[in-house]
Amino acid sequence: MKISEQWLRQWVNPNNTSEQLAEQLTMAGLEIDDRYAVARAFSGVVVGEVISVEQHPDADKLRVTQVNIGAAEPLQIVCGAPNVTVGMKAPVATVGAVLPSDDVSNGKAGFQIKNGNLRGIDSNGMLCGASEIDLTDSIDGLLELPADAPIGMDIREYLGLDNQILDISITPNRGDCFSVRGIAREISVINDLPMQMPNIPDNSQFTHNEAMPAVTVSAIEACPRYLLQSISNIDRSIDTPKWMQDALVQSGLRSHNFLVDVTNYVLMELGQPLHAFDADTITGDIVVRLAQPAESITLLNEQTITLTGDELVIADDKGALALAGIMGGQRSSVTDSTTNIVLESAFFNQLAIAARARRFGLHTDASQRFERGVDFELPELALARAVDLITSVTGSQAGQIVKSESGDHLPARAPITLPITKVRDVIGIEIELAVMVRILTQLGFEVEQQADSLICKPPSYRFDMSIKEDLIEEIARIYGYDNIPSVLPHLQVSMDYDDTADLTHEMKLALVDNGYMEAISFSFSDAKLEALLDDKALGEVLALANPISSDLAVMRRTLLSSLLPCVQYNLNRQQSRVRFFETGLSFVGHSISDLVQTPSIALVAVGNIWDEQAYQNRALDFYDLKHDIEQLLPAQIDSTRIRYERSELAFLHPGQSAKLYIDDEYVGWLGQLHPNTAKQLDLPATWVAQLSLAPLLTLAREQKAITTPSKFPQVRRDIAILIDSDISLQTLESTIRAAAGKLLTDLWLFDVYQGDNVPTGQRSLAFALVWQDRLQTLSDEAVKTATDKVVQALTEQHAAKLRDS
Amino acid sequence: MTTPAATTDLSALPTLSSEINELNETQLIEFANAAETLILQVNDARLLQDLRVQLTGKKSALTGWSKQMGKLDADDKKTYGGWLHQVRSRIQEALTAQQQQLEVAALNAKLASESIDITLPARGGQKGHLHPVTMITQRMQQYFVQAGFNVATGPEVESDYYNFEALNIPSHHPARAMHDTFYFDAHYLLRTHTSPVQIRTMEKNEPPIRIICPGRVYRNDSDQTHSPMFHQLEGLMVTESSTFAELKGLISEFLEAFFAKELTVRFRPSFFPFTEPSAEVDILDDNGKWLEVMGCGMVHPQVLTNCGIDAEKYTGFAFGMGIERFAMLYYGIDDLRLFFQNDVRFLKQFG
Repeated sequence: MKISEQWLRQWVNPNNTSEQLAEQLTMAGLEIDDRYAVARAFSGVVVGEVISVEQHPDADKLRVTQVNIGAAEPLQIVCGAPNVTVGMKAPVATVGAVLPSDDVSNGKAGFQIKNGNLRGIDSNGMLCGASEIDLTDSIDGLLELPADAPIGMDIREYLGLDNQILDISITPNRGDCFSVRGIAREISVINDLPMQMPNIPDNSQFTHNEAMPAVTVSAIEACPRYLLQSISNIDRSIDTPKWMQDALVQSGLRSHNFLVDVTNYVLMELGQPLHAFDADTITGDIVVRLAQPAESITLLNEQTITLTGDELVIADDKGALALAGIMGGQRSSVTDSTTNIVLESAFFNQLAIAARARRFGLHTDASQRFERGVDFELPELALARAVDLITSVTGSQAGQIVKSESGDHLPARAPITLPITKVRDVIGIEIELAVMVRILTQLGFEVEQQADSLICKPPSYRFDMSIKEDLIEEIARIYGYDNIPSVLPHLQVSMDYDDTADLTHEMKLALVDNGYMEAISFSFSDAKLEALLDDKALGEVLALANPISSDLAVMRRTLLSSLLPCVQYNLNRQQSRVRFFETGLSFVGHSISDLVQTPSIALVAVGNIWDEQAYQNRALDFYDLKHDIEQLLPAQIDSTRIRYERSELAFLHPGQSAKLYIDDEYVGWLGQLHPNTAKQLDLPATWVAQLSLAPLLTLAREQKAITTPSKFPQVRRDIAILIDSDISLQTLESTIRAAAGKLLTDLWLFDVYQGDNVPTGQRSLAFALVWQDRLQTLSDEAVKTATDKVVQALTEQHAAKLRDS
Repeated sequence: MTTPAATTDLSALPTLSSEINELNETQLIEFANAAETLILQVNDARLLQDLRVQLTGKKSALTGWSKQMGKLDADDKKTYGGWLHQVRSRIQEALTAQQQQLEVAALNAKLASESIDITLPARGGQKGHLHPVTMITQRMQQYFVQAGFNVATGPEVESDYYNFEALNIPSHHPARAMHDTFYFDAHYLLRTHTSPVQIRTMEKNEPPIRIICPGRVYRNDSDQTHSPMFHQLEGLMVTESSTFAELKGLISEFLEAFFAKELTVRFRPSFFPFTEPSAEVDILDDNGKWLEVMGCGMVHPQVLTNCGIDAEKYTGFAFGMGIERFAMLYYGIDDLRLFFQNDVRFLKQFG
C-alpha cells in the first residue's frame, strides 16, 4: 500500500526523519518495500509569472517571454509551449537548474539549464511542463500553476514534491493497517504520542428528505451493519480539490470524479470501503442478500458475471446492484451526470467476502480490506466523513441515515487472559508490567489487571487477536525485537542420531569419486517423455491439476524422465561424455491413494569411460555401470549377497539390463537404455540405473561381524572350463560354492574367453578358488577332494568340460 | 652387446718369483698396489668377474704362494701368512668396491634409459562434482547437527492437512494466497514448504525435539527469481523452555557461522500463520542494504496442539530458509535457473 508521509504526519508527527519513520514502521512489522519522493531530485526551479509574450521574429513556433521570478529584473525566456499566455504562472527552471533526466548514463544527475540563444534571441532559463519536473503531463505545454502561487518560491516546496511516498507491505493479518488511520495508530504507539483525528462533524442531524429506499438485510450474519445516506442536488461542475487529487494519486489511485474520489479518499484515510449508488437508478427498496444461483450482474468494469449463490449482493427490485464489498454494478454507477446519490457504508463479514473476488478474477481495494477485516465500528464515522466532504465542497444536502444493525452478529471481542509471566516464558526477557500495559492500551485494547494476569479486550479493528500469544507478539514487536537479547539454547546431545543424511551423502561421494556429477532436476516432467519411459511396473502417471507448463505436467515415476533431458541439454552443448547422478523421490502408484514416494538414486552415463585422452579409451559398457553401482553399495555387502536377474523393464535393452537384489530384496535396476528409446530421445548409447535408497541405508547400518585372519596358509587352485554361453556366471558360482565346501574362502573369475579354439555357443571360463581352514593347514588331499567335487558338480550339472590347465 | 675379452692383461703387475720364500714385504705391497690399479681400470662386470679369478683363483699367483705356506716354518708362516692375507684382503676389497661401482653405474644407465616425460597427463577418470545445492545444504547441516539437531525428511506429495491445515492455515486463510500451490486434486498437492515434516515429526515424537528438514518444495511460479521447484531447510526446536531470545541467538550465530564473518543481523516482525511471534531475518550487505534471508518465529500454540503437544507445557521455535537463496549469496550467483539447468560447465565448478 502506498501512502504519503505528509498525510501520515497530519495525524501524528513524531520528531524524526523520513528514513527514521520508515525504519520504525519496518521494525514494527510494517515493512517499507520502497520509499521515494513524489518527484525525483531536481533543483533551481521556482514559481514564475509570465509578464509578456511576443512572437519570435525568426521562428513561427517560438515566443519570447519576460518572466518575473521575484528578481530585480524579469528573465527573458524563449518558449515553444502553445499554452503560454500573459499572466499565467508556471515553473521556471533558472540558469544552473538541474532537471531530472532519464539518461543518467554519464553519472550525471540530470541535465543542466544554461544561458542559451535560440535563433538570435537570448534565453535565460526554461518554462517547464509537468514532465520536465517529473510529474505526469495532462496537457501538452506548460504546467499552469494556481494564480495564488507565490512568485519565486521553490517549486518542490510549493508542490510538496519532497513529500515521501512510503510503499508498505501489509501482512495478511493486519487488515487494520490498510489506511492512514491504521498506520498513524502504529506510529503513535511506537512513539508514545497521541494521534490527531481530523474534525468530522456529526452527520446524523441531516434531514433533507428525499424518498429514501428502505433497507432490508436478509443475510444478517454476513452483513450485521449496513448504513445508507442520500445526498441530493450535487453540483457536478465542481472538480476534486487539488489536495484530495494529490492524496489519491500519491496513494496509487486514479482521480475519477469528485464523488468517486471522496469514497476513495475516505477509504485511504479511514480504511472503510464506501460505495456510491446513483440514487435515480434504484428501483424500490434495497435488500442485502445472498445471490440467487445463476443470477448475473454487470460490474463497473463492464465484466458480466454469473453468481453461484454464496456471494453477498446489494439488490433492488430489479436485481443485484452491487457485489457487496467487492465491486459496484454498472446499472447504479455514479456517472458524470449523476446528481443524487446514496452512499453505502457497511460492515461485511470476512467469511462472506473471502475468495469471492478471486473467483471472478477481481481484486479491488474494497475486497482486499473486507477479506482481512474492516473495523465494524467504523461505518458510521466513515459515512460522516464522506458526507461532510461532499456537502461542504458542493453545498448539497444529505438526508437521514437509514441503517440496519444486529449487534449480536457483529464479531465478538472476547477478553484474552495473559498471564504476566507467560510473556517472559515466550520472549525470554522480563518486560516491565507498565510498559506492557501501555503498549496494549495504546494499541486499543481495554486492559485490566486481575491477580497475575492481564485481561485484554481487543479493539474492533483487530481481527487477529484471539489468544495470549497474539498479545505477546504485539508487546514484543512494539517493545522492539532489537531490544530482545540473543542467547544460545542449552546443549542437548544424544546418540539417538538419524544418520540417513550422512549415509546418503556417502553414496553421493562414492559416485563423485567415480566421475559422476550431481544433477538436480525437476520432480515433474513431460507426459510424452513419461510415456516413452513407460512400463506396467510403474503404474499410472500422476498428473498435476494446474501444471506450470505442459512439459512439467506429471510427476516423474523414475528420475530418468527429468535426468535424460539434462543429458540432451549438455550433448547439445558440445559435451560428448556426460555422467550424472541424482537423488530424489520417484512417484509410483496407480492413484494418489496408493502412491509410493520412494527415495531413489539414479545414474545416467553417456560416452567413453574416460574423457578423451592420450591413453587407450573405450566406450562405456554394462560392466562399467555395474562397477559404479557396486561402488556406491555399503562396504559391508560382499558379492555373495548380491544377485542380478534379467530386467524386463520396457525402456531398457532386454539383453543388457538387470534387476539388482541384495539378500533377495529388490533394490533397483541398471542397464542400457533401450536403443529405440534412446533413438527417440536423440541420445547415443545411454547407460542408466536407479536404486531405492531405503534398503541401502538399512544395509549400511548393519554392524558386520569381524573375524580375525586365519593363522594357517591358504591354498589356491585354478579351474578352467568350457561351458555353454547361456549359463550365467552367477549360476556357476553358486554351483561351485555349494560343491567346494565351507572352507572355500574366496572365489573369482579371472578369465573369460570366446573365439578361436572355443566351440560356437560356448565360452571358456577360468576360476580361482581359495580354501583356508582356521584350525589347521589344509592337506593336499583335502584340497584335491574339494577341487574334484567342484569339477564333478560343474560337469554333471552344467555339462562343463574341464580344460587342461 | 659385444662380448668383451674374457681376460685382462696382467702384465702391469710386477713379475715376482713363484717361490714364496723368495719374496719380501715390499714386493708384495707393490703387487697389491698394482693389482688395485688394475682393478680400478676394469669397467666391465664380466671382465671384473674374470679378473677376480685371475687374481685370486686357483691358478693365480696369490693362490700359488698360499699353497706353499705349509712348507714354511712357524715364524715364516706367520710372517708370510700376514703379508699374503693383507694382499688378498686388499685385492678382494678392491674387487668388491669396483663391482659395486659398476653395478651402480649400470643401474643409473638403466634408469636414465627409462626416463619419461613426467608432464604428460594423468591417465584415467576425473572426480565428479556435488551440486551446489547439496554443498550448501551440507554446510547448513554441519552447523545444526553440531547444535544437536537431527535431519528429518518426508513426502513431497502431501495432503492439504499437513501442508496447510495442521499449520494453522485453514482453507479461507489469506495466507494461502501467498503460496502458489500445485494441486493434484482437492486434497493432495505438492508441498509448498518443508513444514509438513515438522508436523509429522511432532506427531510421532515427544519433546524435546530438535530437527532440521531440508528438501524440495514447489510453488507455481517461474522467472529469474522464482523456480517451480526449489529447496528449503527448515528447523524446529520444542522444549519446556524455548524462547524468542534463544531463537535470535541460534539464528544469529548460524548466519555468522555460515557466512564465516561478522554480520549485522536484524529480526523484523512479520507474519506466518504457524508462528507467533514471527520474524523475518535480514542481514546487512556490503552496500548497506538489508537482505531478507529467512523467516522464523515461536511455534503457534495451535500448531503444537494439532500435533498433540501440550502448548501450555512446551514452547518451540521454527525457522526456514531457501537453500538456493543462500547458495546465490554464498557463491555470488544471480540467476536461480542455473541451479536446475544442470549444465556441466556450471556444475563442475563446485566441490
